[in-house]
Amino acid sequence: MVTLTEDRRSAASPTGSYRRFLSRHISWVPVFAAVAILVVMIAGAMWYFPNFQLNRILSSILLDNAYLLVLAVGMTFVILTGGIDLSVGAVMAFTGILCAKMLGDGVPVAVAIPAMVLIGAAIGLLIGVLVQFFDVQPFIASLVGMFLARGLAFVVSLESIKVENEGLLWLQSTRFSFAGWYITPTGIIALLTVAIAAFVLRYTRFGRTVYAVGGNEQSARLMGLPVVRAKLSVYVISGVCAGLAGIVLTAYSGAGYPLNGVGTELDTIAAVVIGGTLLTGGSGFVIGSMIGVFVYGLIRTIISFSGAEQSWTRITVGALLLLFVVVQRVIVSRSALSR
Amino acid sequence: MSTVAPPLLEVRGATVRFGVESALADVGFRLRQGEVHSLMGENGAGKSTLIKAITGALRLDAGEILLEGREMRFSSPADAQAVGISTVYQEIDLLPNLTVAENISLGREPRRWGVIDHRAMRARAESALAALDLDVDPASVLSSHPLAVQQLVAIARAVSTDVKVLVLDEPTSSLDADEVAELFRVIRDLKAQGVAIVFVSHFLDQVYEICDRVTVLRGGRLVGEYGTRELLRIDLVEKMLGAAGEALAPLGLREVAPTAEGPSVISARGLASGDRLREADLDIAEGEVIGVAGLLGSGRSELARALTGIDRPTAGDVLLDGEPVRLDTPREAIRSRVAYSSENRRTEGVIGDLSVLDNITLALQAQQGIFHRIGTARRRELALSWVEALHIRPSDIDRPVSTLSGGNQQKVLLARLLALSPRLIVLDEPTRGIDVGAKAEIQRLVGELSDNGLSIVYISAELDEVLRVAHLVAVMRDGVLAQIVPAAHLTSDALLALVAKPDSADSGDRG
Repeated sequence: MVTLTEDRRSAASPTGSYRRFLSRHISWVPVFAAVAILVVMIAGAMWYFPNFQLNRILSSILLDNAYLLVLAVGMTFVILTGGIDLSVGAVMAFTGILCAKMLGDGVPVAVAIPAMVLIGAAIGLLIGVLVQFFDVQPFIASLVGMFLARGLAFVVSLESIKVENEGLLWLQSTRFSFAGWYITPTGIIALLTVAIAAFVLRYTRFGRTVYAVGGNEQSARLMGLPVVRAKLSVYVISGVCAGLAGIVLTAYSGAGYPLNGVGTELDTIAAVVIGGTLLTGGSGFVIGSMIGVFVYGLIRTIISFSGAEQSWTRITVGALLLLFVVVQRVIVSRSALSR
Repeated sequence: MSTVAPPLLEVRGATVRFGVESALADVGFRLRQGEVHSLMGENGAGKSTLIKAITGALRLDAGEILLEGREMRFSSPADAQAVGISTVYQEIDLLPNLTVAENISLGREPRRWGVIDHRAMRARAESALAALDLDVDPASVLSSHPLAVQQLVAIARAVSTDVKVLVLDEPTSSLDADEVAELFRVIRDLKAQGVAIVFVSHFLDQVYEICDRVTVLRGGRLVGEYGTRELLRIDLVEKMLGAAGEALAPLGLREVAPTAEGPSVISARGLASGDRLREADLDIAEGEVIGVAGLLGSGRSELARALTGIDRPTAGDVLLDGEPVRLDTPREAIRSRVAYSSENRRTEGVIGDLSVLDNITLALQAQQGIFHRIGTARRRELALSWVEALHIRPSDIDRPVSTLSGGNQQKVLLARLLALSPRLIVLDEPTRGIDVGAKAEIQRLVGELSDNGLSIVYISAELDEVLRVAHLVAVMRDGVLAQIVPAAHLTSDALLALVAKPDSADSGDRG
């Protein structure tokens, strides 16, 4: 048996099993860090605020941020390939207001909802085509999508449109309660999106291709993987999620509003990064993004609990984001050194 | 193998044109079952173009490729892989962020009910690795392993399919002797199973050791196909270069004299850096060439980097002309006229997208600063003079460097450093991945520079090369600069013994 590792002798390195764990699960380390932060925050809040009931708070976080969770799932796919999608906030607003308008004009819910998803997919495809076939940087291509969607939202209506449709409102108003926890159909949609995405990424060839493209696109291509299809698909997926988020948000707020989602794409990216997905691509999990969304939601909740200004949310999220990016950098450089 | 057996893979009349130039012109190639066949030629001869055509990465403008007698048209590498032509590239084209098992099965993951079966994937990886006798954890992420291991995983991947033709493109450039022996054992096993192997390598020794036949290309044309047992090495080189095999002649006896002359330009005492370099004492006089020889992982590159300010030494002193200096950054090193040429030409050397002109004048301009811009005419003159002096081909200085062959890229890098008029230049594996002709040129250059008073540290895994260029050889073992011996009467076998030999203080095993 040929032994190939020369550095088994380093006295300073950790024990064999720790090293093995690290060499197998290095991508999970940032996610564990996110979970740790979440746990610490929860523990701190429970200790500090007398009426902080965990089950009620977590349920309400999911309720308030279901749209963000759906967006984060889509964004994870895109970031895993090393790209970015700045259009999601605007697409969400566009599909939201279009949905409200269509419902107001009497279109049945069963038609409106799939239509919104398809529109999101179409804008996503546009962005994907720009990135893949016109070699446009994802940043710019998705910016194009953002302006397009925002403009289209204003074309639909300059003011908010209230939704009276029972079918849509049911998604938000119904609650399934259990032992102090509750969940709405929108929450279920969001969690299902996470579950399906996690499954696809781990158990399908498409999922492996997404990670491969993020790791080294040229290698993936040379290996004969369907790189083009994967790169187009992730933007379509992000668009689908944006369409879905539009529906969720409209159900949540009871109205469509063309100015929804301004800056939401940045919240989404923040949640994904906090959740342990590397911006350079190739490493990350949708479960992590879900943790990131909960961290974001928890920050908002804690701030409102403490009575401070809502703007502190953004500042805190910013600080956390900085922390995570630094942590990611350390992890990346350490794993490169270990070669 | 019997010469009457029909070829498994045959290429006829292959022609590839890039604009006006022909990378390949009417080239033929025949590969038989169970044969190890080497493709040889200088860089620019068309080897990689032919390989790309065979593996589906490139379309032929004219000519045909026949596998088992049937004509093949590949529109992508996937097509070639599908018919059993697998390739392992020189730059390891695996995904560093995925696990070993995932890399081995990538694109053909085992599925159960439409879903990837991770357990089966791990099992497949285990058997593929076991076939090569590799002790690698299949569930570990690829980037946690050193480059040599990653390369063997790449080979495990290639052989884990029903492979008919295996193309190995410079597979041994990062492997040490043990690993090469392992690889050759695997190649022989595959040969016995009837797999045809294309072995592209610059190491003539290895080609002669493992290959049955050789096809020589020159300038995009076929020179001929020969059996390795019938062709003398000197004849092979002659066919590759098209001139008398002056490349292999000794460069002229390296005199020991320079060590007696003058004070040291640079001295190091107790130099240590990180884990890999533990102790090194070195003195280099003006015009002296010190070769550094040692096994993979012995600290050769770390010595180079600690000496020239690329890595900050964790211990030890460096003296320049007797004065202690702290060369903490490359900038300071350059200011003291100490230059470093990295072994990673692609990532730490040339800037592929920039032109030859820009690459050559880069360091000089950086040294002069932003406010003292070197005029365009002067820059062009400078670049052109270096292109001529070092015979950089093609001589168009506005071409992006990435379009040049490896040997010429190395010369561009050398030109950049020489433009700084250094006193000491440290060359780490300057001829890796370069054909015989360019190798000889660079070695000759080193000799000329040393005659002109430049001190050189020359690191190479090829002991022959070290002996040919150096006055003295520093032997590295396990991070320690164990001894310095004159190169003059040393044979490569003797040097190999020194490099491999443990001191009486070490344990009996090799490091």
